[in-house]
Formats: sequence, C-alpha cells, structure tokens
Amino acid sequence: MAVEAQFQKVEEKLFTNRYIVDSGQPHIVVAPHEKPSKNLLAMTHLCPAGCYSKSETGQVELTADGCLECGTCRVLCEESGEITWNYPRGGYGILFKFG
Amino acid sequence: MIDEKFDAIVIGAGMSGNAAANTLPARGLKVLQLERGEYPGSKNVQGGILYADMLEKIIPDFRIDAPLERRLIEQRFWFMTDRAHTGMHYRNDDFNEEKPNRYTIIRSQFDRWFAREAQAKGSILLCETTVVELIHDAYGKVIGVRTDRSGGPVHADVVVLAEGVNGLLGTRAELRPRPAAAHVALAVKEMHFLPAETIEARFNLKADEGAVIEAAGTISNGMAGMGFIYTNKESISVGIGCLVSDFAENETSPAQLLEAFKRHPSVAPLIAGSEVKEYAAHLIPEGGFKAVPQLFGDGWVICGDAGQLNNAVHREGSNLAMTSGRMAGEAIFQIKSRKDKMTADNLSLYKKMLDESFVMKDLKKHKDMPGLLHTQASNLFLTYPQLVSKAMENFVRVDGTPKIDKEKDTVRRFRKARGFGLIGDAIRIARAWR
Repeated sequence: MAVEAQFQKVEEKLFTNRYIVDSGQPHIVVAPHEKPSKNLLAMTHLCPAGCYSKSETGQVELTADGCLECGTCRVLCEESGEITWNYPRGGYGILFKFG
Repeated sequence: MIDEKFDAIVIGAGMSGNAAANTLPARGLKVLQLERGEYPGSKNVQGGILYADMLEKIIPDFRIDAPLERRLIEQRFWFMTDRAHTGMHYRNDDFNEEKPNRYTIIRSQFDRWFAREAQAKGSILLCETTVVELIHDAYGKVIGVRTDRSGGPVHADVVVLAEGVNGLLGTRAELRPRPAAAHVALAVKEMHFLPAETIEARFNLKADEGAVIEAAGTISNGMAGMGFIYTNKESISVGIGCLVSDFAENETSPAQLLEAFKRHPSVAPLIAGSEVKEYAAHLIPEGGFKAVPQLFGDGWVICGDAGQLNNAVHREGSNLAMTSGRMAGEAIFQIKSRKDKMTADNLSLYKKMLDESFVMKDLKKHKDMPGLLHTQASNLFLTYPQLVSKAMENFVRVDGTPKIDKEKDTVRRFRKARGFGLIGDAIRIARAWR
C-alpha cells in the first residue's frame, strides 16, 4: 500500500495524549556526532512520536517531550552509544489514559 | 526511603507484576510494589484482550468488579490487499456462556483495578517511583533496589523484575540482554470513540458482545506485521505493528502505516465519525522461545514481557505474563515456607513451573516461527495476499469468462509468483507450526 505524505501529522496525534513533561530533564539524549549512523538516521522516520529530526547540517536532533516511551530508539541506537536512554523521573512523561 | 525489609519487591504494576503482587501477600508474604507511572497502567499499552482462565487462577471472582469492556463472541482474520480483504470469520453463540473466555480490556483501567486487588491483600504500592538500580551483596546476590525517591536503598529477599519489554534494570544489571531489533515489534494504536450502539450496529453485536479483527497483508508494506481492530464498550482500538528490524530497513513511519490502515476501504467505514482520544506506541516481544533470557538468579526472577514471554503466533501476551507472575509468587512462597534462601538453585523452581505449563510449551512449539516470519516476510505479507485476493475475485466475479479459464488463470498466477517455492513455503510453514 502506498504510504503517502498527506496523512494526519504525528504532532496532531500527540495533542490527544496526556503528558507531564520534566522540563529541562530530557530522559533520552543524543550524543554529539558529525554524521549519524544508519540506525540513528532511521529514527527520523521510525520514531512513532516524531521526536527525531535531521538538522540542516545533517545531524540527528531530538525533542523528547512527546515521547511515548516505547523504546524503539533504545533497541536500535543505545548499544552504539549514540543515545542514552533513561526513564523519566517517577510520575513524569507519557501518562496513558487508556493504554 | 523505607527501613523495613520485605520478603519481595515487585518492580512494575503491569500484568505480571500485579499477578505476583496478588499472589505473594495472599500467602502471608510482605511485599512492596514499585511503579514509575502516576498510577498503575499509566505506562502500559495493550490491544487488548484478557484471557479469563489465567486471571481466574489469581482472582477467581474477578468478573464481579474488574473493568471489562466486551466479551468476545467473534474473531475475524483478514488477509489484505490494497483494496480488498479475504476473511475468515469465526462466531459462536457458545461464547455467550456464563463465564466468558475472553474480554476486551482498557489497560489503564484494568491495571488500576488489578493493583488495588493486590493492595487489598496487603501489598504496599508506591507509584511515581522509578527504580534506578538493583543492589547486590558482595557475592553478587540481588538484595534490594535503589529508587529515585530520597533516602537509601530498600531491601528484600527477592526482587521480581516485572519491568516490561523495555525494562532497563535487568539489562543494566547484566541479567538479560537488551532486546534485539528482530525480536521486538513496534505497535502503534489509536483509541476511536463511538457510541456503544454504533459499534454494535457496525460489528453486528448485542450489548456487551465484542468482536476482534486481526489483519495481515499488504497493509504492512512487505514487513512482518499485523493490524488489529478490537471493540471496546464505547471505543474501538485500531493499531498496527511490525518488527523493529523491518521498520529500520524499510525506513517506514509507523504513524503513516496506521493512517493507511485506517483509510483502507474495509476499515474506514468501521471507524467513520469517531473521536480519537489517544495515540500510543509500545514494543511487543516477538523473539519467541529462542529469545527468552535466563529467568532467575540469586535473589531475582524475571516475569512477563521482560522475559520475552509472549506468543506472537497466537497474539497472546498478558496471559503468559499473568501466569509467570503467579508462578514466581508461588515459587517464592514455597521456598520461603521451607525457610530456604532465595538462591538461583532454589528459584529454579519458578522456571520448572513455567516449563511444565502452557507458557514454555507453547513458546517451544512455535520456536521456529519468528525466524520464518522474518525471512519470508515479503512472500507471506505481500505475494500471497495478492494471489489469494485475485483467486477470490476470479471465483466470485461473473463476466462471461468460462470457469475453466478463470481457474487456469488462478493457477498460472500462483505458479508464476512462487513456482516450486509454493511447496517449499508450505513445508516451511508446516514445520515451524508443528
């Protein structure tokens, strides 16, 4: 099936969710890099919350506020040291109303 | 944080953690349960189907007050192409029995109830508490945990790691590996709200009856994956999941895959006019038997998704989780009542109980299935659905072409697409299923 671009944006989906964001304490951090690995670059498509994006200079950046804490980026990018993945502080992060 | 020592600390308030937290205090053990979410279930996601038998073994009269959505009376399997689905539907009025076999549930509500039941039995639950590390003694035995609350560590004879598929603690303590990309699926899901009567009319149901659709085919773009549609009381759960390794190779967006699934002509009318109230994502353990890590050691056991205890072929997870949590609780109780120590040797009883149950027997039966789905994804999820759909179209479309020519066309298409591969595919699937 052709996956087209005019579908509802991920950001719009996240508006329905409930979060308590731990401001200034992102639970996932991308290590400084010049050229992202294939896996890290894939996260710009793969992250279900659209948290990863590519900067103009080609690095992968992360805004973890909308994170659904699924762990996909941890599975793909933690071992290589490109990201560090911690849980948000107790009570913070995504709070599923239904789950 | 807390000075007293516990018989057991349970990490997590999902299916396996709550099962353990219900089992242990019911037998007189002192239990502390730690949950990082604001309330039990706030970090948990499931389709979700509850299997009654496994919960009955923990809470026999759960039907009195557990938050259940609909009892399932119909199961639909859909083989999908871009514009069609070939379906197999199984509906049986016997499922309207006095004690129904399966229900849909909404996890954040269910988990809160399940944890309350454990508290009523005497388990102490602390939410908004993230365990940051396991504490070991000089010999490497796990003797407690450190949390992100102020104060020192909390001690216990045994720690039950019911931390879920993405649990960090077991991996950090080198008790289990981080899940491999080929051993986990990423699923995304939306909650579509509609009036109960609308859901009942669209799915041909009476009040409290429910239906489930599991769908595979071109909806996953040639990746190993499945879509699902579950009816709740006043909402429909719609989701799709594929192996993380496939997602990574195909650079596909799961959110867009879900959007495409929702727009499929067979799906769109079922959810038309609904209000979406949540968008969730979660990993599902799909590695099967071969991916199950060591499940016990000195002072620790692993339960549920954290131990890859998920039957991907039958889409069963919560029942394996609940059963493993219950068995961990029963094993710990037996060791405790013999006044023995929580050593790896003694805790091997937990694994023995799992081995003798459906949990490990079912996983073992399908041990070759995950590998097959991985290597044959493009045949199973793209080629065959299209062949089957064309065969069905040849069968039902009446246009003056003689039947013999239509059947020849169907056979030719299968031969052309897979040739002798047809036989190989059949043998491979039969072998993995056996």
